[in-house]
Amino acid sequence: MSLSRADRQLAVLLRGCALLAAALVLLILLFLLKESWPVLQHIALIRFVTDASWHPVEGLYKLTPMLSATCYSTLGAVLLATPLGIASALFSRYYAPSLLAGCYRRLIELLAGIPSVVCGFWGLTTLAPLIGHLHPPGVSLLTGILVLTLMILPTVALTADSALAAVPAAYLRGAAALGLSRWGLIIGITLPAARSGITAGVMLAAGRAIGETMAMLMVAGNVVQQPHSLFDSVRTLTANIALEMAYATGDHRAALFVSGLALMFTVLLLVGTAELISRKRRYV
Amino acid sequence: MFKNALATMLIWLTAMMVSGVFVWLLSDILIPGLTHLSWAFLAEAPTNAGRSGGIGPIIISTLLILLVAMLTATPLSLATAVLLSEFTQHDSVVGRLVRGSLDVLAGVPSIVFGLFGNAFFCIYLGLGFSILSGGLTLACMVLPILIRTAEQGLQSAPNDYRLAAAALGMSRSATLVHLLLPSAAPALIAGLMLGIGRAVAETAALAFTSGYVDRMPDSLFDSGRALSVHIYDLSMNVAGGDTNAYSSALVLILLLLIINSVAMSLAKQWLHGSVVAYE
Repeated sequence: MSLSRADRQLAVLLRGCALLAAALVLLILLFLLKESWPVLQHIALIRFVTDASWHPVEGLYKLTPMLSATCYSTLGAVLLATPLGIASALFSRYYAPSLLAGCYRRLIELLAGIPSVVCGFWGLTTLAPLIGHLHPPGVSLLTGILVLTLMILPTVALTADSALAAVPAAYLRGAAALGLSRWGLIIGITLPAARSGITAGVMLAAGRAIGETMAMLMVAGNVVQQPHSLFDSVRTLTANIALEMAYATGDHRAALFVSGLALMFTVLLLVGTAELISRKRRYV
Repeated sequence: MFKNALATMLIWLTAMMVSGVFVWLLSDILIPGLTHLSWAFLAEAPTNAGRSGGIGPIIISTLLILLVAMLTATPLSLATAVLLSEFTQHDSVVGRLVRGSLDVLAGVPSIVFGLFGNAFFCIYLGLGFSILSGGLTLACMVLPILIRTAEQGLQSAPNDYRLAAAALGMSRSATLVHLLLPSAAPALIAGLMLGIGRAVAETAALAFTSGYVDRMPDSLFDSGRALSVHIYDLSMNVAGGDTNAYSSALVLILLLLIINSVAMSLAKQWLHGSVVAYE
């Protein structure tokens, strides 16, 4: 069917808008590169690891303390949120009576919608003093991990829930016919069948944890140091950018953009892998 | 048998724990927040770095930032979604290119949007720390959500509509305006709601684009402090700002709820006036 003249004009307009939307990613990448170029040009990348410390004003750019803080907090949060999130999904799918399951799912959705600054504020005023009683100073890697867990748990739970929902009903009927117990059904059939969806959800959650700024800025203490215990104060890459962007100039500013670029690539790698995994999902 | 019982217990325990923490968090914010909340608090300007006074100008700035973000992002995302769903084949080159780059955009952390917004809108385009820069940065951020939901909404419109409209000799644009968009309205509104929710909750991207100034903005080129930035600033940088931070956090949560319900009722009204409601 051929398009009328007005329709053709509309199509051109739409195409223009869509290309603009698609070009945004390139624009972001371009500007991150442009801003970090001064540092990338005359400082070898290895110096972000080998320099003595992070004193950008004196030209020292060691990023490893921030990198390890980001890694540890993400790892901790993912390790805690994965079992809790999967258990939450199993609860609303197989254990709770249907009314309760609906309420619980709604609760998880509400939890997902709580702004990160509110989570951070709660961590700072409630969680940090509690942990401070246990071992001062309270604002620490552990507090960060706990708040992050709370924030990424909904991502794991909701994606696991929809992955479980997509398991074919025939599998469940087959299991019932074989007389499997509920746990036998879950561990033997539904979890393996939903594995790729759940893994993709965990990857997305990890991406969210790495990119989270406000909560970590508020509860992790912001001391630039290599953490030796869970109770040490740390500063993540994201918190570092948020703290220093306000006054950074010249090479210092460029170094912050380099860490932003590194963050973007890490998160994209995770999101991309998640996409690949969930695309491969097939039920026979 | 034992394993089964143990698993049941652990899963119920997890659910109770998660609900418990949620209630704990919410009551921790709501109860201290409610004691201090009043009309004066909503209307007055902050004084003494926010320790006393209210959040009037901050609410106005937040709403202006949201307005800029949504007015920019909505037409762009609607057009993109219409193109993806109605004017291209699902696996065409353009479709795959646009979808792929939007997937990437959706994964970009908010702090990176902040860096980009600062470099592009504030400095390169010369908008400075302003409500406009903040709003445009947020528009970039919510674009993937808006497009994804709008596209899904359009795709779920029954194909019969398209066929019947073509048989009647309606142009594509008329089909779009009179049939497809009304039938996708709930999805469009839901997407808008998700986008507003994400935008109003955002802090990191706004701190270096719309700035920290807590005065009443005179124009969109003024710096304006968003509510979330206000909460951050009060709790971290202002000693003794916690009382007002609690109330601001409460207002932020209430604002999210109000936006949610207004959007829902709008969706209902829109549906009522459309052709689809009469079938």
